[in-house]
Amino acid sequence: MPKQPAWQKSAPVFAALGDPTRLRLLAALCAGGALSIAQLTAGTAITRQAVTKHLQVLADAGLVRNDWQGRERLWELEPSRLAEARRALDAIAAQWDQALARLKRLVER
Amino acid sequence: MSTSASSDRIERQILLAAPRGKVWHALVDAESFGDWFGVNLKGQRFVVGETTRGHITYPGYEHLVCEMQIERIEPEQRFAYRWHPYAVDPAVDYTQEPTTLVEFALEEHADGILLRLVESGFDRVPLARRAEAYRMNSGGWDEQMRNIQNYLARH
Repeated sequence: MPKQPAWQKSAPVFAALGDPTRLRLLAALCAGGALSIAQLTAGTAITRQAVTKHLQVLADAGLVRNDWQGRERLWELEPSRLAEARRALDAIAAQWDQALARLKRLVER
Repeated sequence: MSTSASSDRIERQILLAAPRGKVWHALVDAESFGDWFGVNLKGQRFVVGETTRGHITYPGYEHLVCEMQIERIEPEQRFAYRWHPYAVDPAVDYTQEPTTLVEFALEEHADGILLRLVESGFDRVPLARRAEAYRMNSGGWDEQMRNIQNYLARH
């Protein structure tokens, strides 16, 4: 079986985050728990269709999920994916810190 | 060492009490780079437009190959290359994924050379998937957690 590039296996989390509307939606879900499309569009100029589309992009990236509660579909945050990405970035930064400390020792000796 | 963070980039700067020539050599001489970075680049050179490969020498990561696409070498000023960050799952082909850009810049400072490091482009890289792969495929996660704790303790 041919190897699958990782980005084909799952939509990139960070690409999904690279949009102000989607960031705003995530922020609203962070603050507000499970929200309906109506709640997410309240007070904004954006259409329900557009919000649904953005939420779907976030869902494809594993950042949000939705559940039916009665006749209403509620969206909420799926926090684990964000935490994983943050952890990976922290690990890379920690590796850089260690490498730069070794570089410092090397050039200052 | 000072830091700043966003989801797209890692930025670091470190003051090196050493002459510019020595810092430059440690960056662009492939073997020297390998020594401090932790990748075996013996007998190799960094050439703009070419790819340099070597096995990681850091304990627990020796099965991983590091590939650097050399992008810019401005003598004693700037060094830049691209790679696939955190390519920790040997079973995954990362070659079709976007790369990140690693840039080093040397700045004159009263006490030596201020080295600025920026690694950018993480917003296009599916890092969450990698963190999962890392946890599943490597026994080194505890080690990484300690690294993160050390890192956090210092910032």
